[in-house]
Amino acid sequence: MDKKELLELGVVEEGKPKKPTPRLPRREIACQDPKERIKNFNEVALGYTLKDAVYEAMRCLECSKPRCVVACPVHIDIPSFIGLIARGKFEEACEDIRKYNSLPAVCGRVCPQENLCEAACIINDTNPKNPIAIGRLERFAADYLLSQENGNENKIEIRHKTPFKVAVIGSGPTGLTCAAELAKMGHTVHLFEALHKPGGVMMYGIPEFRLPKEIVQKEINYVRSLGVNIETNCIIGKTIPVSDIMNEFDAIYIGTGAGFPNMMHIPGENFAGIYSANEFLTRVNLMRAYEFPKSSTPIRKPKKGVVVGAGFTAFDVVRIMLRLGADEAEIVYRRTRKEMPGRGEEIEHSQEEGAKIRELTNPVRFIGDENGFVKAVEVQRMELGEPDSSGRRRPVPVPDSNYIIDTDLVVIAIGQTPNVLIPSALKNLSTRWGSVINVNRETYMTSVPKVFAGGDAITGAATVILAIRAAKEASRGIDEFLKDPQKKWYPQAFSEKK
Amino acid sequence: MFEIVSKKILAENVVEMTIKAERVAKAHKPGQFLILMNYEHSERIPLTIADSDKEKGEVTIVFLVVGFSTNELATNFNVGDKLYSVVGPLGTPTHIENFGKVVVIGGGLGVAPIYPICKGLKEAGNEVISIVGFRSKNLMFWVQRIESVSSRIIVTTDDGSYGMKGFVTNALQKLYDEKEKIDRVIAIGPPIMMKNVSKMTLPWGIPTFVSLNTIMVDGTGMCGGCRLEIGGETKFVCVDGPDFDGHKVNWDEMEIRMKVYKNQEQQILEEHNCKIGLR
Repeated sequence: MDKKELLELGVVEEGKPKKPTPRLPRREIACQDPKERIKNFNEVALGYTLKDAVYEAMRCLECSKPRCVVACPVHIDIPSFIGLIARGKFEEACEDIRKYNSLPAVCGRVCPQENLCEAACIINDTNPKNPIAIGRLERFAADYLLSQENGNENKIEIRHKTPFKVAVIGSGPTGLTCAAELAKMGHTVHLFEALHKPGGVMMYGIPEFRLPKEIVQKEINYVRSLGVNIETNCIIGKTIPVSDIMNEFDAIYIGTGAGFPNMMHIPGENFAGIYSANEFLTRVNLMRAYEFPKSSTPIRKPKKGVVVGAGFTAFDVVRIMLRLGADEAEIVYRRTRKEMPGRGEEIEHSQEEGAKIRELTNPVRFIGDENGFVKAVEVQRMELGEPDSSGRRRPVPVPDSNYIIDTDLVVIAIGQTPNVLIPSALKNLSTRWGSVINVNRETYMTSVPKVFAGGDAITGAATVILAIRAAKEASRGIDEFLKDPQKKWYPQAFSEKK
Repeated sequence: MFEIVSKKILAENVVEMTIKAERVAKAHKPGQFLILMNYEHSERIPLTIADSDKEKGEVTIVFLVVGFSTNELATNFNVGDKLYSVVGPLGTPTHIENFGKVVVIGGGLGVAPIYPICKGLKEAGNEVISIVGFRSKNLMFWVQRIESVSSRIIVTTDDGSYGMKGFVTNALQKLYDEKEKIDRVIAIGPPIMMKNVSKMTLPWGIPTFVSLNTIMVDGTGMCGGCRLEIGGETKFVCVDGPDFDGHKVNWDEMEIRMKVYKNQEQQILEEHNCKIGLR
């Protein structure tokens, strides 16, 4: 882009000071019209134009003690990359973020910025509800670089190669990040993925309309360009015995996420037409069942869909139901909107698309037709009682309040727990609740020497950014261990890693 | 990787394929399965591993051309072609020890997966009596192969065109009537066959194990599509199985869950103008 074009966009001229415009309103992001977007699986939020991005970047005060950086779980130098955008250095902006986060196009889209960096933005104090749109700018910078030739290739030289080999198990956000960080440190990294495509939850879980799969694969290509060797179709503990991995590698990082679906364990749950959220999402997102019969994985299309639960996943599911052509799709939740763990923006988008929410309602059994397909769900009304351990008010059943909701497809989206495959294959691995791996708070080492873990595997289902933070911190623990394995690493204290 | 090294049509719509998959072959134990994909946007198809050659790094599968994806696999893929994905071995291996006298029953396509089980049981010192059943003589395959790992083999055909006329259950009844002291029964085949075998052995008090092949996506315990009630508890066939106590399986539920995508199967066949039928 030449200088004239850049100046027309309103960038800060070289050698001149920036005149921030924090009083101007935050720039909204263009979205597909709700009526149109429920007919397709294309991305809902269209992203900033160059002009939008420069406008928004100009609003940033580039604080010297930025609160946003503190609030960011991986401490991206936010004023720095926004400053680069404001100066028309779009590619450099993304390169700058990559120093802290290898998956900026993903995080720019799925991070709950409204609770993190954007909530901390100082502009909230003077221009309420108008913090810098940090997430949108992050996405802009990443998309800009990824759209350039070789934009998904690393340009930083990795100076010294160490003699150490590390195996990373699972190619979701935490595995990719840990692999990238270790590769940057000069270690040889081999990343194993059980499915046929790398990306973990970013491929099977988050739908195309929130996170395009092409973008995910581009960011994965960046991780590859750091020298990370990714091997798909390989299940550690099945395809390769854990003992082989233990012998072959100097350290191991378990990033296998939380992929085991919680079910309700109420009568009728195995009728045809009742899915776990994992199955429903995997069929649609990873296997592209929405393109059936062009793709060959089928999915049942609902007329009247019911989703149980109200987290991120539940909202993704209800929006997919509408896109598959459901006349009606509703969320059934035992508490109220106020307690919903789903993200504000997703809840809003789902409402615009016509999704309904039935609060204070809990399924008690499913009813099937003569062929064994679900035809209704019996629910009971709930009311909120005393707060429970999560601090939210506990839902209590209202006596004699049961009634029937007709449906032809139900998805259970009440959470996931880590898969037991690795914990059961690795002797002496300390876990809690059966499958959540315990680690040392500082080093992320598990109870098994040289085995580390992070992400949802050590916390239970959480967010992408927390999984990335765990990976970054763990990579430092692994690096330290590799350089000084004789140090007093054990015995060590284990505890829940928050 | 995943190159097809041999392909044989064993009988009408029954295809045997041997695929290069070194790690799967090396790790394979009797009773385990693999999941393969034809192309990038294909379905993931779970198939029991019927044999493996650990030295050559090859696995053998035998499949029935029943729907779109198996038809695509049988018609589009020949020796030298590569599959998009093969992953495994999946599932818990069949429990093998010296039980004494074991009757291993294979019905139709189920004849293939009993081969590694018979072999493993024989190696563990068991007396293996195999019963293999086919609808008719022209659909028979692998009889000699099963015989080579059995102490005794009984072949049944529904129409009596070969061996004993009748079903595998008739042969099992005959063994029982002959006062064979059976310590264990393993049955693999169509759900109805496994159900009838299990019903038969329940009053006899003979431990009976079956191998279930329900609908699944990932095969690692992630989707729960394969779930089924076993002894009053929901189990995932992919990780808790595929072998289960036949006396505990909820067979009615099994039947329902196998039909989930019947309409979609019809739709994709029509869309692609497929004619199922490979001779």
